[in-house]
Amino acid sequence: MKNNGPLALLFHACVTIFMLAPLVIVCLVAFTPENTLSIPWGWSLGAYSTRWFKAAFEHSDLMQSFWNSLGIATAAATLAVALAIPAGIAIARHEFAGRNALNGLLLSPLIVPHLVLGVAMLRLFALFGARGSALWLALAHVVVITPYALRLVVAALAGLDRSAEQAALSLGASHATVFRRITLPLMLPGITGGWMLAFINSFDEVTMSIFITSPQTVTLPVRMYMIATESIDPMMAAVSALMVAVTAVAMIVLDRLYGLDKILVGQH
Amino acid sequence: MKRWTPYLLSAPSLALFGLMVLLPLALTLALSFQQYDVEVGVKGGFTWAAYVHVLSDSYYYEIFLRTAWVAALTTLICVLVGAPEAYILSRMGRPWRSIFLLVILAPLLVSVVVRAFGWSLLLGPNGVVNQVFDALGIGRLRMLYTPTAVVVALVHVMLPFMVIPVWTSLQKLDPMVENAALSLNASRWTVMRRVVLPQITPGLLSGSLIVFGLSASALAIPGLLGGRRLKMVATLIYDEYLHELNWPLGAAIALALLVINLAVMLSYNAVLEGRYAKRMGKA
Repeated sequence: MKNNGPLALLFHACVTIFMLAPLVIVCLVAFTPENTLSIPWGWSLGAYSTRWFKAAFEHSDLMQSFWNSLGIATAAATLAVALAIPAGIAIARHEFAGRNALNGLLLSPLIVPHLVLGVAMLRLFALFGARGSALWLALAHVVVITPYALRLVVAALAGLDRSAEQAALSLGASHATVFRRITLPLMLPGITGGWMLAFINSFDEVTMSIFITSPQTVTLPVRMYMIATESIDPMMAAVSALMVAVTAVAMIVLDRLYGLDKILVGQH
Repeated sequence: MKRWTPYLLSAPSLALFGLMVLLPLALTLALSFQQYDVEVGVKGGFTWAAYVHVLSDSYYYEIFLRTAWVAALTTLICVLVGAPEAYILSRMGRPWRSIFLLVILAPLLVSVVVRAFGWSLLLGPNGVVNQVFDALGIGRLRMLYTPTAVVVALVHVMLPFMVIPVWTSLQKLDPMVENAALSLNASRWTVMRRVVLPQITPGLLSGSLIVFGLSASALAIPGLLGGRRLKMVATLIYDEYLHELNWPLGAAIALALLVINLAVMLSYNAVLEGRYAKRMGKA
């Protein structure tokens, strides 16, 4: 039996507190009834308030950005998965000249800093007159989240037992039928996991988006960044708490669906 | 027909990445050589002015140097905290192991802006950390808008990127090897040094690479916690593009950051492969 000593457990406790502290503090401050960033305290319900959540929901810029983010992340994740499935099949199942180059290019947004991608796309958008277009913004998001979708698709294909496909082929099913009736359903957990991971990464993306959003297309994290550089009030804590809550729900769904540790550890 | 299948399958993604990754990077390279005028903006033509400007001004050296040491310090702390933490996690029993692995990794999925905001609450002049310091008699410290705040928050963001590769390489370590060494009278320390450390070295190196690269190019953390005065390369590029509007200069700095990033990764990789090749050769 392996055991951690008391010192190791103390170290572990400190790391856990360190990792959770900023998220916990945000959720606590969100419930303050005060005008300042104070932590509400006490046993009575009066010590807590949801006024800042209400303020956030009534803040039209924030709500606009929330809907922008939701739309862009949904579209971008769907398109990223639609691109990653055929590309993943090519990479996982075919030997061809340029396979490594293709794989490298499709995973390159993990290595090229988002900041550099952001300024590069800003130049592209300026030349194309694409600033302010939600479509181009979504395409830019597709680029940075495709690696996540691709990895899960490739992993799903690698772990797939091919005997069912061979059996169907030998029984006279066409390639299209085999793909639709056997391969795709078997890949489904990987595809859903990839979609959700892509969605979360698009929804959270700030470093690239900050360069290429325009007043109509500002996404939620970019809006929050802009608000936070000017003034900090408890409303920011309320929005942050909501984002933590949404992420937590997404995590639980992902975990049930696919095993969250597999997704996160499989990323690298 | 069969020969073309993989190309047909990858054509859509290839087209998108050509249009949205390769073309913009090429355009940015071209942009960095264009002339700039305060009155007219980007003027076209060909000039090395942006590069000369960056290389001849000690202001930029200072910012690059500061970014390098902040990223290096973040990487070092991530190694010192992440490696032992991954080891402790791998020695936990069920179900604690997967629960705490999730606790450590989950912040990855929360927006950096939210986490930066959380740290600004914790490290502020009246924040929780200062209240604890006060109670302990250390007195209040100014942390927000200093390199300390930036490094602390960067470590928080980057730690999962260190824990993941170390954890992965620990999964390949057979616990019986440790037990064998212990049963042969090796001390705990020797087991750590001779069995565990060599096993996790590749994970540590690839983790350091990711952490260094991401820290050196992080924008939101230094932007929100470093304040106006504490400039880093990322915030410098941001200002050149969105405030100064000197795009050629911003493009030159961004490309310098990209090249340095890639160089660090490639040389690191070369060193890593060289060392392993040597070790294999000896064995």
